[in-house]
Amino acid sequence: MIVLWGSNAREAHPIFFHHLMKGLDNGAEMFCVDPRRTSSAKFADVWLGLSVGTDIAMANAIGREIIANGWHNQAFIDHSTVGFEEYRASVEDYTLDYASEITGVPATAIAELAKSYATAEKAQILWTLGITEHHNAVDNVLSLCNLALLTGHIGRWGSGLVPLRGQNNVQGGGDMGALPNKLPGFQDVTDPQARAKFEQVWGTSIPPEPGIHLTLMFEAMESKDLRAVYCIGENPADSEADVAHARKLLGDLDLLVVQDIFLTRTAELADVVFPASVGWAESEGTVTSSERRVQRVRPAVPPPGEVRHDIDIIASLANHMGADWGTPTAEELWDELRSLSPLHNGMSWDRLESEGGLQWPCPSEDHPGSPFLHGWLWEDDLGGRSGAPFNVVAHEGPREKLTEEFPLRLTTGRALDSYNTGVQSGSMDSPIRYGETIDLSPADAARLAIDDGEWVRVSSPRGSIKMPARVQRDLPEGLTFTTFHFPELVDVNLLTNDAWDKRSGTAEFKAAAIRVEKLANDEVTSG
Amino acid sequence: MADIFIGSDVATDAEQVAVDAVLAASLGPALIVEGERLVRGGGSRRNERRHLLLPVLHALQNQIGWISPGGLNYASEQLQVPPAEAYGVATFYEMFRVDDPGHDQDVVHVCVDAACQIAGSEERIAELRAAGTPYHASPCLGQCERPVAQFIQGRARPDRVEADAEPYVLPQAGQSGLRLLKRIGRVDPTSLESYVAAGGYTALTSAFQRGPAGVVEEVVASGLMGRGGAAFPTGIKWRGVAAETGQKHIVVNADESEPGTFKDRTLLENDPFALIEAATIAGYATGATKGWIYIRGEYPLATARLENAIAEVRTAGFLGDGIARSSFSFDIEVRRGAGAYICGEETALFNSLEGFRGEPRQKPPFPTTNGLFDQPTAINNPETLVNVLDIVIDGGAAFAAIGTESSTGPKLFCLSGNVAVPGIYEVDFGATLGDLLELAGGVVGELAAVLLGGAAGSFVGPDMVDMPLTFEGSRAAGASLGSGVIMAFNTSVEMAPVVTRIAEFFRNESCGQCVPCRVGTVRQHEVLVGLSTGASGPSGSVESKISLLDDIDRAMKDASICGLGHTAATAVRSAIDLGLVTPSGPTTSTTEAEEANG
Repeated sequence: MIVLWGSNAREAHPIFFHHLMKGLDNGAEMFCVDPRRTSSAKFADVWLGLSVGTDIAMANAIGREIIANGWHNQAFIDHSTVGFEEYRASVEDYTLDYASEITGVPATAIAELAKSYATAEKAQILWTLGITEHHNAVDNVLSLCNLALLTGHIGRWGSGLVPLRGQNNVQGGGDMGALPNKLPGFQDVTDPQARAKFEQVWGTSIPPEPGIHLTLMFEAMESKDLRAVYCIGENPADSEADVAHARKLLGDLDLLVVQDIFLTRTAELADVVFPASVGWAESEGTVTSSERRVQRVRPAVPPPGEVRHDIDIIASLANHMGADWGTPTAEELWDELRSLSPLHNGMSWDRLESEGGLQWPCPSEDHPGSPFLHGWLWEDDLGGRSGAPFNVVAHEGPREKLTEEFPLRLTTGRALDSYNTGVQSGSMDSPIRYGETIDLSPADAARLAIDDGEWVRVSSPRGSIKMPARVQRDLPEGLTFTTFHFPELVDVNLLTNDAWDKRSGTAEFKAAAIRVEKLANDEVTSG
Repeated sequence: MADIFIGSDVATDAEQVAVDAVLAASLGPALIVEGERLVRGGGSRRNERRHLLLPVLHALQNQIGWISPGGLNYASEQLQVPPAEAYGVATFYEMFRVDDPGHDQDVVHVCVDAACQIAGSEERIAELRAAGTPYHASPCLGQCERPVAQFIQGRARPDRVEADAEPYVLPQAGQSGLRLLKRIGRVDPTSLESYVAAGGYTALTSAFQRGPAGVVEEVVASGLMGRGGAAFPTGIKWRGVAAETGQKHIVVNADESEPGTFKDRTLLENDPFALIEAATIAGYATGATKGWIYIRGEYPLATARLENAIAEVRTAGFLGDGIARSSFSFDIEVRRGAGAYICGEETALFNSLEGFRGEPRQKPPFPTTNGLFDQPTAINNPETLVNVLDIVIDGGAAFAAIGTESSTGPKLFCLSGNVAVPGIYEVDFGATLGDLLELAGGVVGELAAVLLGGAAGSFVGPDMVDMPLTFEGSRAAGASLGSGVIMAFNTSVEMAPVVTRIAEFFRNESCGQCVPCRVGTVRQHEVLVGLSTGASGPSGSVESKISLLDDIDRAMKDASICGLGHTAATAVRSAIDLGLVTPSGPTTSTTEAEEANG
């Protein structure tokens, strides 16, 4: 049993979705929770089209329904969790009728999802940015975690909580310490023992305070506290919420260094650009997939011209700055990581080669790797830990409320043949790319007298752009949609709201308030 | 599992009504839209309903005379089948068209295969063309005893065959000792009461007394071999299915499409209750609870008679839950084919019934373990099944005593062409070709050749009239009984066009899945056209053309997965061996001919 929540994996994670389809072919039931009836939702047995930003109301109602019918796993809750009574009390108000009113989804369907999820032998909840690109992203995630704790669909083969990662190596980035508060292997930067271990090997001192994440960096740029940025493989000049503002801040820096495989919009603003080799085609190293599987990558072709490997660029830079890093190889760096990260300790370069990749934690060379996490929840002594906590979370709804001036909800997403800001996919032709449009429900299009393909003006409290409309019958009335793949055509991210979650650092890309208008005659010709 | 992209073409109200009616009478649509915020669909609803695609396409075709893009979109969405796949299915069948016919009339299908060809198909088509009547040149329509056969595809009204209005007259009417045909002409085919009065449903009672294993063993002991053409022992097939567990099926292969064959049509139209009783016994013996009769789309009377009979039998409690107050449950659905010779191949039939293109599957696995819906299935020909009634009543030994040692029981033969009284004839195995021709009133004119076993069979000369028409006798003569076709040609018939038409038939009917057959049947037809018209072609001299035919035959036999490719060259080669196609081609090679032309 699969709950696909806030994810259009069919288009955004097409390779993963092939694996999911195998499960469906084998008879798995799928519920899809998404404001849009996406191409993924069309594979579902039941699609529940909730209103944008009402996920917590839905999740809490599912939790209440499970408890009310006695479908919760009391033995698991007693043994492996804490805080159940508080959770039970907190969801008491989330009746099916209340949730139906908030989400717009018929109560019977919410009850069906609850029953199917709770009574399934194995069940997974899969989510992506529909859950996390909200101002209360962490609460959204916790509301889903609560359901897994309630039913024991966690820490067992075939059950679990599955956030899909956006790129082949997003997981690897986090694993290697590309987080403000973590050292490689998720070791806390505030932990003196952990720091001491790294300091000894690295021969330098590590600041004991956490750094700041991307959204805070932009705030720091605004307050002039941050004056120099070294940006590797990221294109915030196109991808940040409120990009006009982001571009101005990047342009105002004292120093901007960009290291990327293409001359991105961000690189165009840079003082120095390091052309870097392509990870999957020109580089030696490892990537880590969503399932925590570390795999080797090897160069298939040499990089062109003056392009250099990321390791080479960073080491040279360090050497020029007076350190003595020499010319490390990918394998040498990997062995250093293994010596410092217990999660990776057992993954020798040879094993990664001969076993086709390994899943962490893999603490020793005789350890087979770990196909799933949180198995300790089912151990008699919980592996010496305390129980997993339920978290009380409440429905808030999107930060940006609909008003008479901006009466339509805008949400954003991806399309199959385009990738994020288009840096890697935009130069290739695709027969199914239809370009950037504002998608409207038939009812809204009819009310606004807008035809399919007609250019319209789309306005939000932050900006206004012109783009063609596309009438999409898979959208409920009141909801509009656009992708953000074609920044050179339309700066969609001018429209989105930069309210963000202080805990996750994610911006609310998924819920803006907009107005769509027909163009005046003179505007049409200048379209 | 695939994406479903529905295009912008929208179905008319009439098309929607036609599709909805089919779905409402069965499991309902796969897609249920409950307002703007809740939609039900998904793999299991789709998989349960995919087999409704063929009936839905029939409904669309009938409603407006073609399957329009809008209609196809609507059907695809309701059944959650990708439109590209539905289009692939629609274009697979002779009876469906996906281009606008530009008129709103019925369409007369005129048979152009051998028996009708020599009786004047071309002239009939010329008449229709002159009268402005929409027509379609069709492969064999299974009415070879009344050439030129015609079938009228109705527009917003049922399909029909005008000749069906006449009462059926059995050539052997009144003859004693008939077993398979004994009820025809004596029992009202529309009345269960009449069937029961003539001893109907005593076989089912006998079956209940013998028990499932007892029935299977009697059928094994009878030596009954399949009458559809492949001659596989029926009892062994049933024993295989009986040994399997889970949901099992009985499929009646009534997709009688072998040119020259019309015996099953005769049984279905005139003795439908016998087939239903026999299929029920097959279900009882094998433990199958679900029966399917897949019948040719061009058999409207047989379809109507079967549907009527099933309804009567169900009302009387001989089909459904707890048959005849026993604990045995069994029910039957009738499915119409849509004009595809290949769907007579058992695995192609499964695919067709399941709502896919009728392409044969690789075997093994065999239907007894992986048949319809990948579940254990006994698939039998109607004539085979009707034999079971007597076997169950009288015992397998009594049946085995009829005929010869290796070919037991009675057999139906389809006599057509230049015989005095074409029609269905029943004999006990052992009769010779000459006996059968005699039964049909003798050959009209001087016998030149006989096509035995249909297009997939072979031609034999007049010297073979003493050949016993048994499985072993025909095999010894290098021929095959096939489905029991005996089509006689006298010396006045120009044979080259007949043989060329057989080659064209295979060219049209190859499903295209295996390259040797897809390409080979086309090349074979080209060579035949060249040989019979004397036109020079890329294959050069007569000798090189015949050598090419040998190569094509070998490639198709070696590398096609089903019988169509294996037998597509048999009749053609036998005709050439008999000298029926007088090679009149140039003896120079193509290159020389081109140089001469240049």
